[in-house]
Amino acid sequence: MLRVSDLHAKVEEQEILKGVDLEVNAGEVHAVMGPNGSGKSTLAQVLAGREDYDITAGSLELDGDDLQEMAPEERAHAGLFLAFQYPVEIPGVGNSYFLKAALNAIRKARGEDELDAMDFLQLLRKRAELVDVDEALLRRPVNEGFSGGEKKRNEILQMAVLEPRLAVLDETDSGLDIDALKTVAAGVNALRSEDRAFVVITHYQRLLNYIVPDHVHVLLDGRIVRSGGSELALELEEKGYTGLTNGSSGV
Amino acid sequence: MPTAADTIGALAERDYEYGFVTDVEQDTAPPGLSEEIIAFISAKKNEPQWLLDWRLQAYRGWQKMVEPTWANVRYEPIDYQSICYYAAPKSDDDRPKSLDEIDPEILATYEKLGIPLKEQEMLAGVAVDAVFDSVSVATTFREKLADLGVIFCSFSEAVQDHPELVRKYLGTVVPRRDNFFAALNSAVFSDGSFVYIPKGVRCPMELSTYFRINAMNTGQFERTLIIADEGSYVSYLEGCTAPMRDENQLHAAVVELIAHEDAQIKYSTVQNWYPGDKEGVGGIYNFVTKRGLCDGRRSKISWTQVETGSAVTWKYPSCILRGDDSVGEFYSVAVSNNRQQADTGTKMIHVGKRTSSTIISKGISAGEGQNTYRGSVRILRSAEDARNFSQCDSMLIGDRCGAHTFPYIDVANPSAQMEHEASTSKIGEDQIFYCNQRGIDTEDAVSMIVNGFCKEVFRELPMEFAVEAQKLLEVSLEGSVG
Repeated sequence: MLRVSDLHAKVEEQEILKGVDLEVNAGEVHAVMGPNGSGKSTLAQVLAGREDYDITAGSLELDGDDLQEMAPEERAHAGLFLAFQYPVEIPGVGNSYFLKAALNAIRKARGEDELDAMDFLQLLRKRAELVDVDEALLRRPVNEGFSGGEKKRNEILQMAVLEPRLAVLDETDSGLDIDALKTVAAGVNALRSEDRAFVVITHYQRLLNYIVPDHVHVLLDGRIVRSGGSELALELEEKGYTGLTNGSSGV
Repeated sequence: MPTAADTIGALAERDYEYGFVTDVEQDTAPPGLSEEIIAFISAKKNEPQWLLDWRLQAYRGWQKMVEPTWANVRYEPIDYQSICYYAAPKSDDDRPKSLDEIDPEILATYEKLGIPLKEQEMLAGVAVDAVFDSVSVATTFREKLADLGVIFCSFSEAVQDHPELVRKYLGTVVPRRDNFFAALNSAVFSDGSFVYIPKGVRCPMELSTYFRINAMNTGQFERTLIIADEGSYVSYLEGCTAPMRDENQLHAAVVELIAHEDAQIKYSTVQNWYPGDKEGVGGIYNFVTKRGLCDGRRSKISWTQVETGSAVTWKYPSCILRGDDSVGEFYSVAVSNNRQQADTGTKMIHVGKRTSSTIISKGISAGEGQNTYRGSVRILRSAEDARNFSQCDSMLIGDRCGAHTFPYIDVANPSAQMEHEASTSKIGEDQIFYCNQRGIDTEDAVSMIVNGFCKEVFRELPMEFAVEAQKLLEVSLEGSVG
């Protein structure tokens, strides 16, 4: 589904990604782990099409389509979703209004009928229940005045409504206490399916106790230096990132 | 029941009766301003002597006044002697015959705003046939109001039909020498609206200039007077979301509102005069004096405005809170795009005890637009326990525009409670990217973010006006990002 080959990207003249290879198939959950500054968030932003990042070499494909040729909204229409590390506030715009606009923009781009207010509300309620989000959150403006935990849960709710093919979760666990972490993880697990894939970006192994990945990749200094199964995350937890690099490198 | 044609016929006769049979033969005054011209205008309108004298007093005051320069706007000096101060309403022969003769760009905007064809014709000034839906709508509308004793007519009609009311209230809120532009208006005003709501009457519908049959030709010096008698209520809508073109560059209107005890006036404006082209050429100068007097106890005046048009806007709808426990409100959205300049805000003058005022101002600047909020809150010594809440937010779109805020606060009574909040934000790339990532394109994202920003003001507008205003904002800001 997603194929990233030899991806190089820079921001403000500084090279952050120095040749990343990643292949994700439908139904899989991949964890990308790494310390601060290793390029995790850059990878997420580049996948979503943030303009500030220049891709200097390599390729990005989603279902065979070249992502570099697509605007951020076109990537969303194609089924790419990014749960932001820092969800953005949009004062005065109701959360459910925003989600309806998003869903209908995507449906329209796919040539599907737009949902009317009633149908949408029904869907929204179901999804909110699925990912355990309080209805009060739906009526508030997008992320405005939300606590850190509410913002992250809101991202998961958006994901549940937009039903992406590929969801990239950028440090969704950061700033969450253990209860919130469990709720978020349960939401993600509820959305796991055979034709959907996840890329879970995280600093800590903790989240992966609840979202068990099929594959784990270690990103260090802009390169994936190790890949393995879910046991790799535990090894990391034990040895730390430095311990890992002293031994082997590459896959 | 009279047919529409009968009614139109009757109206046409009335026009004949009042307006256009005078001993002055020309239809248009020569350019320039003098006492003769003012006498000419007054005679054309068949006005009583006292009104002519009133105009002349205003004119003599104006001659000694200097055009204000304190506003944060720049424009070419206006040559007041080159302006034509009276022109008879256009006859059908001078008007465009059909929409085919109208600038396609304007038609495209009508299209975007979703304005029905018939209304497009009316807005564009096309000579339409007398049996026209909205005319008959307007007529039944007026009959219904008359049953309640509500007077809603053009200012000229009021001078003829209700001279005692006009004489009693004209200039009581905005004196004829109040300021340079108000004095000019007082000397030469062309026409406008007159509203009187009798005691205890709650006006059952929004009064809109749109429904006033001869609203389309009020000219450049509009004069409006609204009186809400004790315990009455009225909601008045001014303007129209469709872009209005006018050959007259200078517009200097005056609006006076008077609310007696327990009366409420809600005055909503959507102003969309032609802003000029992208370089700012040809746009309207809109220099308006709007003021309301909360004369009686517990009276209330609310101004809500959405200002998206004009090249230069100079406008401060204000409230004098004289009655004890009276309330003044000002809700404003002002947009300056391309080369537009807006210097707008309000004055709240607290005289009575326990008076309170609320100011919510949202300025949006895009392109090279300059947006200034200028507001003054004065608490006089007599205003025991007065309260004010002010919130002034500015939003910048792009990096060539500007936002400026000049709040003046003057408190002479220590029991006053004052709150002032201000913010300036930029539509963030972060916000747009976030919307994009959710599948929403940039244009829709901007309009969504801007509408969210203006929400507190839009919710003060009557429902359908609010919907139109949102659409209007979208169109006004089209292409301002990326």
